[in-house]
Amino acid sequence: MAKDRRPLSELEQSTDFVRRHIGPGEADIAAMLGVLGMKTLDELVEKAVPPAILAQPAYAEEGRDEARVLADARALAARNTVFKSMIGMGYYDCLTPPVILRNVFENPGWYTAYTPYQPEISQGRLEALLAFQTMVTDLTGMEIANASLLDEASAAAEAMAMCRRISKSGSNAFFVSRDCHPQTMDVVRTRAEPLGIEIVEGNHETDLDPAAVFGVLLQYPATGGEVVDLAATVEAAHQAGALVAVAADLLALALLTPPGEWGADIVVGNSQRFGVPLGFGGPHAAFFATRDEHKRQMPGRIVGVSVDKRGRPALRLALQTREQHIRRDKATSNICTAQVLLAVMAGLYAVYHGQPRIRAIAERVHRVATILADGLRRLDVTVANATWFDTLTVEVGDAAAVHGRAREAGVNLREVDGSTIGISLDETTTRADVENLWRIFAGADEAGFSVDDLDAEAASPVPDGLRRTTEFLTHPVFRRYHSETEMLRYLRRLQEKDVALDRSMIPLGSCTMKLNATTEMLPVTWPEFAALHPFAPLDQAAGYMRLIRGLEDMLCRITGFAAVSLQPNAGSQGEFAGLLAIRRYHRSQGSTDRHVCLIPSSAHGTNPASAILAGLEVVVVACDEGGNIDIADLVAKAEAHSDTLAALMVTYPSTHGVFEEAIVEICEIVHRHGGQVYFDGANLNAMVGVARPGEFGADVAHLNLHKTFSIPHGGGGPGIGPIGVARHLAPFLPTHRNLPGAEDGIGAVAGAPWGSAGVLAISWAYIALMGGDGLKRATEIAILNANYIAKRLAPHYPVLYTGPGGLVAHECIIDLRALEKSAGVTVDDVAKRLMDYGFHAPTMSWPVAGTLMIEPTESESRQELDRFCEAMIAIRREIGQIEDGEFGREDNPLVNAPHTLDDLIAEEWTRPYGRGVAAFPVKSLRDEKYWPPVNRIDQVYGDRNLVCACPPLDAYEEAAE
Amino acid sequence: MATQRYTKEHEWVRVDGDTATVGITDYAQEQLGDIVYVDLPDQGAALEKGAEAAVVESVKAANEVYAPMSGEVTEANPALADDPAKVNGDAEGEGWFFRLKVSDPGEADDLMDGDAYKEYLAGLD
Ligand SMILES: Cc1ncc(COP(=O)(O)O)c(C=O)c1O
Repeated sequence: MAKDRRPLSELEQSTDFVRRHIGPGEADIAAMLGVLGMKTLDELVEKAVPPAILAQPAYAEEGRDEARVLADARALAARNTVFKSMIGMGYYDCLTPPVILRNVFENPGWYTAYTPYQPEISQGRLEALLAFQTMVTDLTGMEIANASLLDEASAAAEAMAMCRRISKSGSNAFFVSRDCHPQTMDVVRTRAEPLGIEIVEGNHETDLDPAAVFGVLLQYPATGGEVVDLAATVEAAHQAGALVAVAADLLALALLTPPGEWGADIVVGNSQRFGVPLGFGGPHAAFFATRDEHKRQMPGRIVGVSVDKRGRPALRLALQTREQHIRRDKATSNICTAQVLLAVMAGLYAVYHGQPRIRAIAERVHRVATILADGLRRLDVTVANATWFDTLTVEVGDAAAVHGRAREAGVNLREVDGSTIGISLDETTTRADVENLWRIFAGADEAGFSVDDLDAEAASPVPDGLRRTTEFLTHPVFRRYHSETEMLRYLRRLQEKDVALDRSMIPLGSCTMKLNATTEMLPVTWPEFAALHPFAPLDQAAGYMRLIRGLEDMLCRITGFAAVSLQPNAGSQGEFAGLLAIRRYHRSQGSTDRHVCLIPSSAHGTNPASAILAGLEVVVVACDEGGNIDIADLVAKAEAHSDTLAALMVTYPSTHGVFEEAIVEICEIVHRHGGQVYFDGANLNAMVGVARPGEFGADVAHLNLHKTFSIPHGGGGPGIGPIGVARHLAPFLPTHRNLPGAEDGIGAVAGAPWGSAGVLAISWAYIALMGGDGLKRATEIAILNANYIAKRLAPHYPVLYTGPGGLVAHECIIDLRALEKSAGVTVDDVAKRLMDYGFHAPTMSWPVAGTLMIEPTESESRQELDRFCEAMIAIRREIGQIEDGEFGREDNPLVNAPHTLDDLIAEEWTRPYGRGVAAFPVKSLRDEKYWPPVNRIDQVYGDRNLVCACPPLDAYEEAAE
Repeated sequence: MATQRYTKEHEWVRVDGDTATVGITDYAQEQLGDIVYVDLPDQGAALEKGAEAAVVESVKAANEVYAPMSGEVTEANPALADDPAKVNGDAEGEGWFFRLKVSDPGEADDLMDGDAYKEYLAGLD
């Protein structure tokens, strides 16, 4: 045998995945280090990361290969048992149209996209989101809807806060009807407490004194299934100056009079049953709709219609001044990452089915519920509700016995109390299921009658006044794509309009757009993970429990924290939960007066917005010229508020992409004054395996699993924002009514006990694949890639901040402010010009106006980094041509960007540069060209002429003429 | 005679008897760029000098407008709801924000006159 014979262990390539996840190969790494004047990655890390925080990895498992991790995931999945779920409570089984499952949910063209802040290259998902908003406004009968919130329960809490902002009532009490889903009430309570809002819970017909509250929350249909006329309640509330929010079921609204027609001010709910899997609680898109007059008080992102430079309709995010990234502590909400992918799916479900099929689905569900009720009555079972859409509340002598029989038959019913059971039917319910239910309730082998026997007689119990008479989904988009072929091509057309990670790198600073590996994604749609109801008995979720405990343990070891809660559905929700835990901790220590939250001026907008939601007062700490926290100012403010200091929120590495050397000192200062350190973990990708926040001073941190731990961004969600806490804060983690223990906890922040459990397998698989060494390697390369870009671009654009040794962390900020004077060029122009080169722009004007923040992540190869740098350098040359007067300030490749096909095929070409320069400024674009579907979008027009639903088609036709 | 005064936060106020008309200065509108929305105070609202009175928004920024004098709001410019661009076009005329019945016309004396404001602006660049 040859001398170079390798041992089997090497051939087994156990680190194979790490090599796939990490972009640069060994030779490239050596060359890139050379560019930085270094020899080894160790040297780089030692120079970039302050020695005070360097730590040996505590997560030291070996990485496993893809086949092995998939096998392990299968074994976990096999421990879950999928029963027929009839639990309801806002979560219903449904049929994801396979054309949507495969071409959207399982398609990286959709799931790896970013939030559509660069609208010209996001028209596909913006169009799908507009369909979602239109579907929501149509079904709810409201005038405007947003593009999703995190879940129904938090949407109800947002509705409460919005009522408070709008209502002129002097009261600080909010009434929550007992008909609401219990988990919704819990989250509303959690959110009310720090805001000083008193929750009054009761029967809205008998206990509500509208003059004593500023708002009311109702559920329609009621959690128990009843469909009652709520118009009088709304009327009475309005008379007294209170507002009314209604949590509603979208499918029911296809048959029932929508809340908009009986006066509701806000309608919220879960769109999950429009084709999104249960996923043991999420991710699902909540919807939020209101009246036009209240649009500026809405939480969340809103897609609006505007026009591009050619006057064609074009979509973009509207009314952003409401949001945390602009309004900070005065924002209408702290929400940032929402549930775009799931909203897209729900919107497309409506597109695919259209009104006739949605109505038929709703009618079928309603009919089987009626047949079920009639049959139960024949069997002398007491159906407690007189009316229903799809849910029955049934009185039985011994609920446990019925649940026992149900489980034997593989069915989960809602456990209301010892003698009451809830049954919710859905799109998947079959005749056999109904007959099965009869047998379960009769305790007999045969009911003695069939579905067919009862169908002819089955009469809907919904009173005439509550039957929907108005049309919905009338826009052509809901009529055109009902054949699978048409739908397939429509989805393809939409996807083609967008830039996602399947096309090119998305170098967004603070967002960590790394690889979302296919192996990590596969388990998400396995039925054993996808089809579990969030309130299924835990013994059916043994695989999930292992996965959850395993992931919690991994995250604890990686971060150095004592405990982790996976409940928060995004970073923003993690911030809220973490700050609330701090608040509760201070109270437990007898200090009721600690309410000041120090936040550096460079912080992300969610920080101040979350602090307000947690009942804290924001005090801003200055930053120095190097972009670091101004220690003198921190000391002064900590001293001034020593008696009332609750916390400091700090991002590390800083939002400026620098490892601040003083971090340990900063934590000590805060602790010395009795405060806790809240650590924004958005930038954890620069630290995994290298340093542990739980050990250098942080008391609580949120992580963004949709950044550091490979959950894809989904075009603006889903996300998961778990919080890790030090031991003394562990008792105050979020809780849930379905979980035993934890009395001191802050309560529920999300409707489901483990938030978006359905995508946890992604992060679990990522960590398992990478292993301790792989994770550390990823961090090293993330730092290497960022420094390589900084080094390559520095001769062309100033790099704004660097840390020790002139190095950046995992991202770098380049300063374009001088170009405005020298060439009239703004960051916007550079961002739009990058589109002509096929790239998504880096983060624009945050945290410093007039700059671009570039975060390449470890997943980008040297080749791609070079391609990006060359585009940036070529653009700088074009700017030079403006500076030299070769191009005018008003007519040059930057201000005219992005260039569309329409530009190029125009008969007349009067620009001072050629068509080739416009669209093919570098040669490689000849092989692979992305065409922005619209020209630059007029943001001002869209906000002055707000349209947030699908525009009539003639708007497009007129523009084409 | 109406006198026009200015604040450091770039509001202007024109006092005529006990009525004051308030808006943002031309300099302010230029800094903000295209204005897309103005949130005006309700009629009858009592404002203290220095209190937050209105919010003016461009696509990318929102800025508070403070009451330059104390008084009760008698009128908010109805034209701005449909056409906020009026603020860009004529900030110190048709683009006025609201009128106050001032409680102390003397408060205007603490504010800058046209020349002082010009000088103040010159110092900003
Ligand atoms: C520094 C920082 N903090 C917090 C957040 C908020 O996270 P999420 O979008 O998951 O709510 C982000 C998100 O971009 C961020 O960059």
